[in-house]
Amino acid sequence: MTHIKTLSATNDCVIRFANVNGSGSASANNLFSKAVFRLGVPVSAKNIFPSNIQGLPTWFEVRVNEHGYLGRRGGYDFMVAVNGQTMHKDYQELLPGGYFFYDSSKRLPDSYDRSDIHLIGVPLTDITNSHYSDPRQRQIFKNIIYVGALAYLLDMDFSVFEDSIKTMFAKKTKLIAPNIQALRLGFDYAEEHHRDVCQLNIHRRDLNGDQILMEGNAAAGLGAVYAGATVAGWYPITPLTSVIEAFERYCRAYRVDQKSGRHKFAILQAEDELAAIGMVIGASWNGARAFTATSGPGVSLMSEFLGLAYFAEIPVMLMDIQRTGPSTGMPTRTQQSDLISAAYASHGDTKHVLLFPSNPKECFEMTVTGFDLADRLQTPVILMSDLDLGMNVHQCDPIEWDDNRVYDRGKVLDEQQLNDLSERWGRYLDVDGDGIPYRTIPGTHPEKGAFFTRGSSHDEYAAYTEDGMAYARGMTRLLVKWDTAKTLVPAAEIDSAKADIGVIYYGTSAYSAQEALDQLRRHHSIDAMRIKAFPFGEEVAAFIEQHSIIFLIEQNRDAQMKTLLVNELTIDPNIIISVLNIDGMPITAEFLVTEIQYHLDQLAVHNPDNQQSTGGAA
Amino acid sequence: MTYVRPNFRHPESHRNAAGYSIKQYEGALSTLCAGCGHDSISAAIIKSCFDLNLAPHKIAKISGIGCSSKTPTYFLGKAHGFNSVHGRMPSVTTGANMANKDLLYLGVSGDGDSASIGLGQFAHVIRRQLNMVYIVMNNGCYGLTKGQDSATADQGSAGKRGVASVFDSIDLCQMALQLGAGLVARCFSGDKKQLIPIIKAAIKQRGFAFIDVISPCVTFNNTPTSTKGYEWVRDHLEASGTIDFIPDKTEITVDYPPGSSRAVTLHDGSQLHLQKNAQDYDLASRKAAMNRIETVKEKHKILTGLIYHNPDATDTHEKIQTVDTALNALSQDQLCPGSEVLAELNAQLR
Repeated sequence: MTHIKTLSATNDCVIRFANVNGSGSASANNLFSKAVFRLGVPVSAKNIFPSNIQGLPTWFEVRVNEHGYLGRRGGYDFMVAVNGQTMHKDYQELLPGGYFFYDSSKRLPDSYDRSDIHLIGVPLTDITNSHYSDPRQRQIFKNIIYVGALAYLLDMDFSVFEDSIKTMFAKKTKLIAPNIQALRLGFDYAEEHHRDVCQLNIHRRDLNGDQILMEGNAAAGLGAVYAGATVAGWYPITPLTSVIEAFERYCRAYRVDQKSGRHKFAILQAEDELAAIGMVIGASWNGARAFTATSGPGVSLMSEFLGLAYFAEIPVMLMDIQRTGPSTGMPTRTQQSDLISAAYASHGDTKHVLLFPSNPKECFEMTVTGFDLADRLQTPVILMSDLDLGMNVHQCDPIEWDDNRVYDRGKVLDEQQLNDLSERWGRYLDVDGDGIPYRTIPGTHPEKGAFFTRGSSHDEYAAYTEDGMAYARGMTRLLVKWDTAKTLVPAAEIDSAKADIGVIYYGTSAYSAQEALDQLRRHHSIDAMRIKAFPFGEEVAAFIEQHSIIFLIEQNRDAQMKTLLVNELTIDPNIIISVLNIDGMPITAEFLVTEIQYHLDQLAVHNPDNQQSTGGAA
Repeated sequence: MTYVRPNFRHPESHRNAAGYSIKQYEGALSTLCAGCGHDSISAAIIKSCFDLNLAPHKIAKISGIGCSSKTPTYFLGKAHGFNSVHGRMPSVTTGANMANKDLLYLGVSGDGDSASIGLGQFAHVIRRQLNMVYIVMNNGCYGLTKGQDSATADQGSAGKRGVASVFDSIDLCQMALQLGAGLVARCFSGDKKQLIPIIKAAIKQRGFAFIDVISPCVTFNNTPTSTKGYEWVRDHLEASGTIDFIPDKTEITVDYPPGSSRAVTLHDGSQLHLQKNAQDYDLASRKAAMNRIETVKEKHKILTGLIYHNPDATDTHEKIQTVDTALNALSQDQLCPGSEVLAELNAQLR
């Protein structure tokens, strides 16, 4: 018998759960990942789910890493294979030296013949059947039993699980004992039969401080509450639904009038995305803060209205929780592929402000900022989140709010200001050079400030015109406003040591990019920039100009951010090497390191002496 | 159309009880074709708002795209207007209404706007019973693109292009009834005696009020072969009788001989008096209203007048239980939960 490699690590592993959708595995898997978090060890969990309610395969990938790397690493060390449909594939995907955990109530078929992994059989079905008679209970507790077994195998403090169960069922206390019993069944079986088999451990640390675990969508919904949004129109589509659910949940917690029980919010499920954004435009025009959330297909449908809001200059807050396109694409997989369709949504010359959050806290903050920007700039602002950020729980710093923060409602004239005007007011007249005119809200003043909002060409006084010069003046002024936007949007985050090589990334690529950079920087000097918004501030062009090679990390096929950069800035496109992931899964650090290292080897940048022998052409 | 409208108004010209002169309800000069039915509807809107003593700036007039949707420029110049996107007036009005329940929402649309591209939004704004007046200026054709049939063009009807429509028409009143509108009426732009009281009733109605106004297109659809032309419509009207609108708390100056009329009381106490021949069916019955439309249709006639009225109609805000204060008037203090609750919220996320 040959010696089998054994993966061995403390607080550094990737565990993949292979489950059947709708089998109740999600809460068991969350129980596990939350236990890691509560042990003070950084954790990230990704739900890889089908477009299905029941029956299709679903995976849950938990990365445990005490260095705080929260992106996908690549590779699986420990497979919890409890889905017969995918079991063989799951078996094949396990890393050599890894651990294959399976339900040993049935013998593994002969085709499971790898000799480089460790088998851990726990007869989940037999244990469940001998302890529970109700079929539903059997299914639920079978999941809890494997969590209990993991607690033993990974040497985790059992009390953390007990405490989690107690918190989880604080309102249904009679469920506490049977759940703990199920955990114990798994734990005891593993202890008896698999002592000292698994060399992966998760031990208590105090690395998480005051951090929280939150989904980006929940944070964005909460952000909308804090930003003072009162009107939401929306149409169901994966993966945005939980934004609205969170908005409603937090509104019901914080926005119900104590006396009357009535709501300080209006949420309407629209007939389609067109109506959803129409409602937002109507409400914003009428002085409320309003928003909608959607995904790529919705952005396509909203395009006509986005053009109206751009041209008629109406604030719009839109959240695009991107998924894999085109068309229906892979609706439950992630991507960053709506940049171009969102940035230039609608016919004619249009451009929209985009914000790129990288974690839930930023989803919250950029939502609040987005409302301020939309009001200040009187234009659509689109929060470019994605399925990974929106629907997965991410570890991040706690949500904060400064009570001194005052909403920026932008240039809105009230009754008194209208009375005090000494010159003729023009809705589309730029009086102070920032490209942003003053607006009025319907019903403000009996005599002054009324105007006609239209998507047809208009002059400075909102009158319909077919005078090409008046039209051109308006369109040119919108570019002045665009320049103003560049000074107001969140600046890119730059980490520079004046190296030759630069890496650019944005959104959820940040997790893996930071990890990849740490690895690459052991051998190379590399600067980094995280883009947070479109239009680009001056710092973005400056960063690119300061480097001879730029690696641009994106999660789409067509290098959409590169297109925006090349289109909007005067930069040399030839220095940009795109590093693109399009498989619908969150980009991994392993992929980034491999790709970038490959290019660096090709370019021999890391060792100029070799440049001649290896050639320098990309 | 008139190219010059005299600005002069007699200094002692009539002002309404709110102190506004009729001029304060007027808008810019119409650019529609001379004789367009839509201009008559604009005039009826102006007169209705004047008579009801409405503050012009407390009205929001919202439209889609098309000839009809241009008209809000031609009335209520002191009101904010919004000429939105083709077929999407209902959603913009919905958002506006959600933001501020205290304005009067006057939605203007056309048959192309409502019966074709915007049929979905038409249906859903009714289903939600948005508190608004929805007027369709219905001429059976696409005027701005030079006279193509719309979805309300009757089968067999031919406009200036001379080709009869081969498809059945959509009856927006029937749809509105089916979808739950609180008030449904059909009028003819050429009959302002009927149109004005109905617009007033629609304004006073709580929830959704729908008026389909047949409004001939003089340029493209006023041929003898068209069922939306002046001649054909005049010859085929079956009016449900004269209607008077009586505002609440106003002395009733008209004598109604006993049994000659009956009153429909609106949400705010104002009344509609319908003359006798309108009495023969239950106005609050959707079934009766449907029957009546169909019965008149079988005679190749057009039923006009108040077709349906639900005295107990509610509206979207009531259904979703918003506070009495307009949402756009709530301050940051009333909306932002502040930092205090975040400690607990963050703790729940650990």
